[in-house]
Amino acid sequence: MSLYVQAIVNGFLVGGVYSLMALGLSLIFGVMRVINFAHGDMMVWGMYLSYWLFVTAGVDPYLSILVTGSAVFLLGAAVQKGLVNRILDAPHEMQILLMLGVALVLENVALMVWGPDPRRVSTTYALSTFWLGPIVFDLPKVATFGLALALALGLYLFLKKTDLGRMIRAASDNQIGALLVGTDILKVFTLAFGIGAACVGAAGSLMTPFLPFSPSTGLFFTVTSFNIVIIGGMGSFLGAFVGGLLVGMSESLGAVILVPSLKEIVSFVLLVLILLFRPQGLLGSGR
Amino acid sequence: MSLLRVTGVSKAFGGLRAVHRVSFDLAEGEMLGLIGPNGAGKTTLFHLVSGFLRPDEGTVTYAGESLVGLRPHDVCQRGMVRTFQIARPFLRLTVLENVVVGALERVAHRREAVAIAEEMLELTGLAGRAGSMGHSLTLPDRKRLELARALATGPRVLLLDEVMAGLNPTETGRLIALVRAIHGRGVTILLIEHVMKAVMALSQRVLVLNYGEVIAKGSPEEVVRDPKVIEAYLGEDFAGAEVGAE
Amino acid sequence: MLRLGLLAAAGAVLVFLPFWVPSTWQNLLITTFYYAYLGQAWNILGGYAGQLSLGHAAFFAIGAYTSAVLASQYAISPWLGMFAGAALAALLSLGIGYLGFRFGLRGFYFILLTLAAAEICRLIALHLPLLGGYTGLFINFTPNPWQFQFQGKIPYYFIALGFLAAGSGIVWLLQRSKLGAYLVAIREDEDASEALGVDTFRYKMIAYALSAALTALGGTFYAYYQYYLQPNTVLHINHSVDIMIRPIVGGAGTILGPVLGSFLLELLGEFSRTYFAGGMAGLSVAIYGVLLVIVVLFLPRGVYPTLAHLMRRRRPGRAT
Repeated sequence: MSLYVQAIVNGFLVGGVYSLMALGLSLIFGVMRVINFAHGDMMVWGMYLSYWLFVTAGVDPYLSILVTGSAVFLLGAAVQKGLVNRILDAPHEMQILLMLGVALVLENVALMVWGPDPRRVSTTYALSTFWLGPIVFDLPKVATFGLALALALGLYLFLKKTDLGRMIRAASDNQIGALLVGTDILKVFTLAFGIGAACVGAAGSLMTPFLPFSPSTGLFFTVTSFNIVIIGGMGSFLGAFVGGLLVGMSESLGAVILVPSLKEIVSFVLLVLILLFRPQGLLGSGR
Repeated sequence: MSLLRVTGVSKAFGGLRAVHRVSFDLAEGEMLGLIGPNGAGKTTLFHLVSGFLRPDEGTVTYAGESLVGLRPHDVCQRGMVRTFQIARPFLRLTVLENVVVGALERVAHRREAVAIAEEMLELTGLAGRAGSMGHSLTLPDRKRLELARALATGPRVLLLDEVMAGLNPTETGRLIALVRAIHGRGVTILLIEHVMKAVMALSQRVLVLNYGEVIAKGSPEEVVRDPKVIEAYLGEDFAGAEVGAE
Repeated sequence: MLRLGLLAAAGAVLVFLPFWVPSTWQNLLITTFYYAYLGQAWNILGGYAGQLSLGHAAFFAIGAYTSAVLASQYAISPWLGMFAGAALAALLSLGIGYLGFRFGLRGFYFILLTLAAAEICRLIALHLPLLGGYTGLFINFTPNPWQFQFQGKIPYYFIALGFLAAGSGIVWLLQRSKLGAYLVAIREDEDASEALGVDTFRYKMIAYALSAALTALGGTFYAYYQYYLQPNTVLHINHSVDIMIRPIVGGAGTILGPVLGSFLLELLGEFSRTYFAGGMAGLSVAIYGVLLVIVVLFLPRGVYPTLAHLMRRRRPGRAT
């Protein structure tokens, strides 16, 4: 029994970063209707950047999220400004192809720079734990969860309270409306992609203290982000958040109940169930 | 004997009562106008009749058969076809291909469908544009295409959703003549119209909807003199609407 | 008349081509035809019906594994087993289609549903002893044509060419059929099609099943061309991507799109492999990614539509 409770707790904690990652995807899709197939690869770049700062300058990954967030922000903004903005009126499938191309480039450049072997950020506290009753908590996972939560909250406040955030939400609700009020839509697009990418870049850094990674890790996170966003409900902030926690827990449980290599199947089954019974997602509204 | 009978139909979205207990009959060969201010629930009523929405309560019967629960293509296959307020041509298909899609509803082979489509293009005055792409059409031509496509399915009842909207008086006049010609071929017509000139010119009977409810019915002349109708249209440029300029 | 002549000339060239070119080129041509065929199968659903699928690897793998297992366990010739695989793939597609189309899932949702379905298949395949799990499934080579096994590349060349010709023929017929007209209408505007009497659910299901079955037939070819099946190759997302990108690059929803796209990408792939494979790991694929991005930026409507547009401008007065 305690094994399952333990799995749920661990999954919940990891789920916090999943949420942050999915929020980024949801934001990018909501505003531009672009599926960011390079989402996980942007995350992996955030991870490598943290790794590099850690091994060369000894910067703690929890500190380097500032750098990785900004760097991946620039990467995302560049992809939007330099590539996606140029083909806005092309058929939908072309945008997919473009993002697949970007994903290929990001993954394989990472492969060229870092090689195929998994890397890990071995902090002094990597193995620290503490007990609460019968449950053991990994310190890095708790810290990561707290920071992911704080960043998600920050994003929420930014979208709700600032003019820029309101502009992004306006573009997300109704592109034509935003055009009519005179917003420079292309700038909003660039900004939105940048912010979405920054979320996933920071999420990457936050995972490095407890998760080894390699260039091919990106694809897994891309697919996981897709899952979460559909499960939670497309376009719903809270949905992406709750979906992240749910998927985190279901994977963690799946690894215990089934075999670890089958852990993803639980979240896929969850996805199919959602599509069957609540296709708009847990917290989504309408289509 | 009514061909289409709508009884006590309601639809709410969240707390909003879009259509509330609406009943009416449409007799074979009739041309019934459905008017009302913006947001009165006209288009929702169309969605309910044509199978795009399922009514919360009430019944819709067509030729003695209940339509509730049928999907739009079922309704079309039974002989009742609708058009869309904002014309929705298949943008990357030619005008002819657009109409062929409609015609294939009643024939199995393309060759026959093309023949029907060409006839419909002739009827609607689009024959000269058969090879143009859907996206290249002007607004009046899009409206005509919408009609041609619907007619190609061989309907007994045509549900027209604001076909005159956005047209200038000359174009409106031409389209009125076309709708009359279609009616002359024996097609029963229910038309939503905002342009009063069109309603007055076309409808034998008019139904007025406001806030989702029927507030008046009768001949066009009776209805425009009805105080309730005038009140409902207050705030809108009723006199202007009568001239037909939007 | 001119068209027929051109077609005959092209046919003659294609018949003699494999005998003139070196074996590496034969390989290249086989891959080109074969992916063009898979692209043609994808095109029915993704290009004509406009339902983008990122999970065709699942159908492909079902075709490959079914015929391989039937042959090794039950001694059923792959020539027959491939149709069993096609039937199974069609069945799976109907299941996924039911899930997706029942609620009118469109665009993004449908893409992700297909991707998830393929991933589930991959994870299951990895854990099925019958399919060899992580080790994969090896097929013993016995040069017996009845077992879909041949000496040398030339028979495979003609089979791949035959597949492509048959697949293109099916799409050609589709374009002229009621089904084809309906699929295109659904792609352009689903609600408007419904209003015109098109049972959009039914026709999308038909398109999906047809596309899945044809893809599965291609899977059998792969099984007996490579003699080795591994879930992380045949069922990987990257494989679904491979199937999908050629028709999109060439022009989705056109009959020549998958063919042109396959030729172009095969050339680009070969270019990046030849000149960059010797370098660092990942370089050639990264270059390929860059080339893909460039193609999208410069031909955002696809190769065939762009060519057709240019031709029309050079020859005014000729419609379509």
